[in-house]
Amino acid sequence: MGLFGKASLSSILHRIFGKKHARIGVYGPPNVGKTTLANRILQDWTGDLMGSVSEIPHETRMAKWKKNVRIENNGSSLFMDIVDTPGISTKVDYKDFMNTFGMNKKDAKQRAKEATEGVIESIRWLEDVDGVLLVMDATQDPFTQVNVTILGNLEARNLPVLIAANKIDMEDSSPATLKAAFPQHPVVPISALTGYNSDDLYSKMIDRFGKKRRRKRR
Amino acid sequence: MTLTVKKDKNEVAVNLVSRQKLEQFTSAEKVQFILTEVQHGKVLVLEHGLTPIEQSKLIERTMQEIKQDTFIGIEMEGYGEDKPTFLQRIFKNMKKPRMTVIGPAHLFQTISKDNNMIQTKIIPGKGV
Repeated sequence: MGLFGKASLSSILHRIFGKKHARIGVYGPPNVGKTTLANRILQDWTGDLMGSVSEIPHETRMAKWKKNVRIENNGSSLFMDIVDTPGISTKVDYKDFMNTFGMNKKDAKQRAKEATEGVIESIRWLEDVDGVLLVMDATQDPFTQVNVTILGNLEARNLPVLIAANKIDMEDSSPATLKAAFPQHPVVPISALTGYNSDDLYSKMIDRFGKKRRRKRR
Repeated sequence: MTLTVKKDKNEVAVNLVSRQKLEQFTSAEKVQFILTEVQHGKVLVLEHGLTPIEQSKLIERTMQEIKQDTFIGIEMEGYGEDKPTFLQRIFKNMKKPRMTVIGPAHLFQTISKDNNMIQTKIIPGKGV
């Protein structure tokens, strides 16, 4: 038995200076690529998938999670429970599903009902996560109320956040606009679809979510 | 509460709500006041907006109140909180939410928003 008993020096240092395990919520408005990103992370580290994706908003209407996903980069690692949350919005209109995506009325109404329940579930999950991967669409105006509200909540709860500026494989994407909109938060430009810049994302996730913090309870 | 939205009036009420009135409420009362007014088709301009936690509560309560053919949710825009000065931090006078505009989503839309201006429009012919 060594100087520190059964515990290794590195585990003692980690206990003092950092977290080994964190529950990370994947958050954002509908259709920004949250589940695509959750799928990318799981595929890269476990070979699994989190859920189905669709161009129709509110495809994820119940939170899904995967436990004990280990990511590593340059000798550092972090175990995470990843929670893929339904998109947060301030309105849900079933007619949008009919008019824009050709759904029939019954299905559209059912989807809208489930979507409202999903938004509530997402907000409640904020109480139970250690950090948030906030996904934004780099082709869209980032300065939306939903983004501002989510970031304000995270700041108020002292939760670490990493912004994933997604869809940079698209021609009209502008991650620089997103960085300029939220200069106080780290932003990683990525394509969840192609996997572009994933290594940088994983490195920053370990750095950002591996630190010990005292969260504020609400 | 059951609301019937009549689409036979063109007017939309836009109410400016003072900071003093809002400060009389607890957070839960404030959220309920806003939601009730907006459900009745009013657009509110709050002199003193909501904290981020109150905003998320308002979204949560809104989702609980959605009626698919009459109330599809809210449109809400505001600016982030004022950053406290050094002296305000010492005296625990923390961040203050700034002016916010909130309305029913079927009547009221945001056109654009940046650090200096929030542009909105009221959809004509849908007053309640």
